[in-house]
Amino acid sequence: MLAYLIRRLFAAAVMLVVVILAVFCIFFVFPKWAGVDIAGSFVGKQADPAAVEAVRVKLGLDDPVYSQVWEFFKGIFVGRTYAAGGDVTHCAAPCFGYSFRTQQAVWPVLTDRFPVTLGLALGAAVLWLVFGVAAGVLSALKRGSLWDRGAMVVALAGVSLPIYFTGLLSLAIFSYGLGWIDGQYVPIGDSFSGWLGGMILPWITLAFLYAAMYARITRATMLEVLGEDYIRTARAKGLTEQVVIRKHAMRSTMTPILTMLGMDLGALIGGAILTETTFSLPGLGQKVLDAIKNQDLPFILGVTLITSLAVLIANLVVDILYAVIDPRVRLA
Amino acid sequence: MTELSKSGAAVGEPTAASPAPTAFLEVRDLKVHFPTDDGLVKSVDGLSFQLEKGKTLGIVGESGSGKSVTSLGILGLHTAGQYGKRKAQISGEIWLDGTELLSADPDHVRKLRGREMAMIFQDPLSALHPYYTIGQQIVEAYRIHHDVDKKTARRRAVEMLDRVGIPQPDKRVDSYPHEFSGGMRQRAMIAMALVNNPELLIADEPTTALDVTVQAQILDLIRDLQKEFGSAVIIITHDLGVVAELADDILVMYAGRCVERGPAEKVFYEPRHPYTWGLLGSMPRLDREQQDRLIPVKGSPPSLINVPSGCAFNPRCPYADVPKDNVTRTVRPELTEVGGKHWAACHMTQEQRERIWTEEIAPKL
Repeated sequence: MLAYLIRRLFAAAVMLVVVILAVFCIFFVFPKWAGVDIAGSFVGKQADPAAVEAVRVKLGLDDPVYSQVWEFFKGIFVGRTYAAGGDVTHCAAPCFGYSFRTQQAVWPVLTDRFPVTLGLALGAAVLWLVFGVAAGVLSALKRGSLWDRGAMVVALAGVSLPIYFTGLLSLAIFSYGLGWIDGQYVPIGDSFSGWLGGMILPWITLAFLYAAMYARITRATMLEVLGEDYIRTARAKGLTEQVVIRKHAMRSTMTPILTMLGMDLGALIGGAILTETTFSLPGLGQKVLDAIKNQDLPFILGVTLITSLAVLIANLVVDILYAVIDPRVRLA
Repeated sequence: MTELSKSGAAVGEPTAASPAPTAFLEVRDLKVHFPTDDGLVKSVDGLSFQLEKGKTLGIVGESGSGKSVTSLGILGLHTAGQYGKRKAQISGEIWLDGTELLSADPDHVRKLRGREMAMIFQDPLSALHPYYTIGQQIVEAYRIHHDVDKKTARRRAVEMLDRVGIPQPDKRVDSYPHEFSGGMRQRAMIAMALVNNPELLIADEPTTALDVTVQAQILDLIRDLQKEFGSAVIIITHDLGVVAELADDILVMYAGRCVERGPAEKVFYEPRHPYTWGLLGSMPRLDREQQDRLIPVKGSPPSLINVPSGCAFNPRCPYADVPKDNVTRTVRPELTEVGGKHWAACHMTQEQRERIWTEEIAPKL
């Protein structure tokens, strides 16, 4: 188990370095090769050539590629200093550079917005896990019943309806129509109940989509597991049906669900663009949308790295949980 | 039917509301039917037998003859946890130690499962839960029926593993099924089945998934354990060699029914049903010089939805054309006694069958 853990951690660390390098190359090296003037895009369209040149020097865009990569890499872990003539700017670690548009440092903005997205993703995940898995298990146990068919129709609707439909609909009904929910985002530090009020609709909207997928996967997996020989063995031992389901069937059903959860959570933490835009949540997703519109490379790069990191960590956690659940994985 | 009443407890298609039997296990006119889209699958269609404690019954037949369905039926596993599926239709009587199981409270039957009657399955790799250690699974089986703490149950598990011949049982108790070899897994499965000293042990093709060298060890183990625990054992197999080793009585099934049953030596040395002849002819034997090729039973088992009227074996029977007197061919042959406690269901007269066996079949085997 320990060896498995060390192997996984090492693999994740290597992956992280590879991701950082790849992302940097995609945003700063490849465009240059393709003839895109990054300094020009920083300064603006009708720029003074001297200003463009200053930026080029300051960002080190003319340095050899390996030195640029190294500076960027170093910046993330120990910070870096931008210097052009007498103009010296120190960027503390973790340094993702400065916005091309607002000149703000990227990292503080990311950390500022990250909690919003994290709260959205985790809250929704709890909801969809509880309801999706429960609905899936019930459907499997009552296969062919009215409940099963009803739940699967609702699930189909959940999978098919886009967030900007269900989200706007829920806003129209509960916020503008009935006036139950204010719908404004309030930071959790300011008022917990205000935060809950602002998050409840986004949570439900996002969870509806995912719960639908999870219900379908749970149902299919559960049905498959119930046909396994070891379930028959468990019954032959004289276990009550409740224990057979809870202890023997559920444990096997959890493995594919965990895999999905790792991927989904990782991806969502990088920004639930649709949900955040629909509900005007100041999260990473909304920021990255702005950044893409403005070609604000450092921001896109920062968010991409955060997303990759989130996916890496989520997968690491899933891998470890996998080994806890399934002893055969520990050998792998 | 008259033979039945004469022979008393020997075998039976009993009358309704018949009294509790004296035998330890008695199955009367068991029918297990599964409704499907294509029609009613009559997996078991009127099976009766009985079994005393300390005795072994071998149930033999091809795939799909209803052997496993019978064993699962005795344990009540056709009705436990059949979610949303169309329910199996089960009728008849199953008497275990004076209790009729089919009409009993399902929760009562559940409590009997594992304690009074236990089962060894065919493929121990898929029949053991891959996520729990062997020890956890045996401990669980013990603690359902015994109110003891985990430590005591664990000691019991180690003791059982030791008894079934697993080396270093106190270490191996913490192994997972995938860390065991096939033979060891089956030993562990047997340990789990016997942990509660069940009085009825059903082994459903216990050696089919194992290497030939391990098969004999497992069969020896089952025989030794039966002597030690004095349980009644039903061994289900398509391998006549297995029952030859173990069984006191043999029941040959075909298309959900019993076609021949009797003491093992009778069924082996004086079989009175063409299907049994076919099974014997298709079995390789090392104890005799092989003169000819093995003789397979031609054709394949009938559909259990449209079982041929009359004798179900008729389409495959090499002696279907033997002239039969006073018999309506569309009537199913009933089990009739052909010797002491030896029964067969065939339209040919006993003399015809004796002659065919001694003149045509026996010399070729």
